[in-house]
Amino acid sequence: MREIKASKITEAIARLCQSANFELGEDALTALKKAEREEESPLGKETLRQLLENARIAREESLPLCQDCGTAVMFLEIGQDVHIVGGDLNKAIEKGVSKGYTEGYLRKSMVRQPFSARINTKDNTPPIIHTEIVPGDHLKITVMCKGGGAENMSRLGMLTPGAGRQGIIDFIVKTVDEAGGKSCPPVIVGVGIGGTADKVMELAKRALLRSVGNPNPDAEVAELERELLKRINDLGIGPGGLGGRVTALAVHAEVMPAHIASMPVAVNMQCHSTRHKEVVL
Amino acid sequence: MADKPLRITSPFSDADIAKLKTGASVLISGIIYVGRDTAHRRLVQALDKGEKLPFDIKGQTIYYMGPSPARPGQVIGSAGPTTSSRMDVFTPRLLQVGLKAMIGKGDRSPAVREAIKKYRAVYLVATGGAAALISKSIKKSETIAYEELGAEAVLKLTVKDFPAIVANDIYGGDLFEQAKAQYRR
Repeated sequence: MREIKASKITEAIARLCQSANFELGEDALTALKKAEREEESPLGKETLRQLLENARIAREESLPLCQDCGTAVMFLEIGQDVHIVGGDLNKAIEKGVSKGYTEGYLRKSMVRQPFSARINTKDNTPPIIHTEIVPGDHLKITVMCKGGGAENMSRLGMLTPGAGRQGIIDFIVKTVDEAGGKSCPPVIVGVGIGGTADKVMELAKRALLRSVGNPNPDAEVAELERELLKRINDLGIGPGGLGGRVTALAVHAEVMPAHIASMPVAVNMQCHSTRHKEVVL
Repeated sequence: MADKPLRITSPFSDADIAKLKTGASVLISGIIYVGRDTAHRRLVQALDKGEKLPFDIKGQTIYYMGPSPARPGQVIGSAGPTTSSRMDVFTPRLLQVGLKAMIGKGDRSPAVREAIKKYRAVYLVATGGAAALISKSIKKSETIAYEELGAEAVLKLTVKDFPAIVANDIYGGDLFEQAKAQYRR
């Protein structure tokens, strides 16, 4: 049994919320640079140039990459031999988000009673928390700061088995087409296939944590990702929706078994400002 | 390279607006107001009740944006555009009373596109997610209404060379449709 202090979790999360918002990952930067070289549309190229310049300013000046500093989404991988001491885990996470967003001058975007009063909670809490118990004595924390514009264009399709592979492709391409310029292209398209209505959305979100453009290790899924990326980039939406060849930087798909009657598919849209950082305690 | 940008100054006259054509790159200087979801609801509610708006909207520009907080010594935090389509239900009413320009990201509804032609206004797009870069063009920021809304309050900004592109003009041009027509395979 290994003990980890709750206060250590708070500190780690506060730091991750800030670094995710200030420092675009090397994987995303590499993908944006490649896109900037390859884009044919002048407006698209200029948009990509601005995004690279924006990432440089954000990193150098500790300014948020985007004014929408996102919903704080947490993925915790908790070793079954870990004992968290000195406080409540959920409270420790919440405190970390509050501290990170307040001290980092990040925008607080969470509102209470979304269907009526919509009162800002003032410290960007509550976070969305996903936990997984795994073998071992480590605690892995991944923080994803998810912007509202792209999240709004995400969709769930409870397809039936008869729709087949083509049905999945059509649903995903249609979702990206309808999102147009709203989800801040060039996007990363997170796809979940299988499971249940709830699980498949989580699968699609987790797919976004993969290094940008790394294929699924399963050859058949990787082939589906390649085909989807081509279809999506043929839409011509382009950077900022202003037209061009690069609508998506990558499609990441994750697959799990499903019920004999079901073929759920989820699309979680991610903007080019793909903000996530992780640490292992 | 895109065409050399056109320097323009807000607020705008009808003659200024007539010069702006879909696809043109512009650098905006002057005064722009900031308002998003809840602020729009309140502005339209005020008009419906026959009340005065918190600022004279004639000829003005509204930027759909909710900034991150300014650090001490900064004018404003990061300040990129938010998705414009959420404002579509309120926009024709504001155009009717004299709003001349809007800045945001993403396309607009058919009703807004019609209203842009009818009331001779313009819709501009800024780069979504280029929020740190855009903040450099904002020289002054003051909250003028709905302060209690926090990131959703109405701000009055003084800007210099704010980069944007004309998406919808008075001639019915639509950049998003043109883009698809040109690049869709």
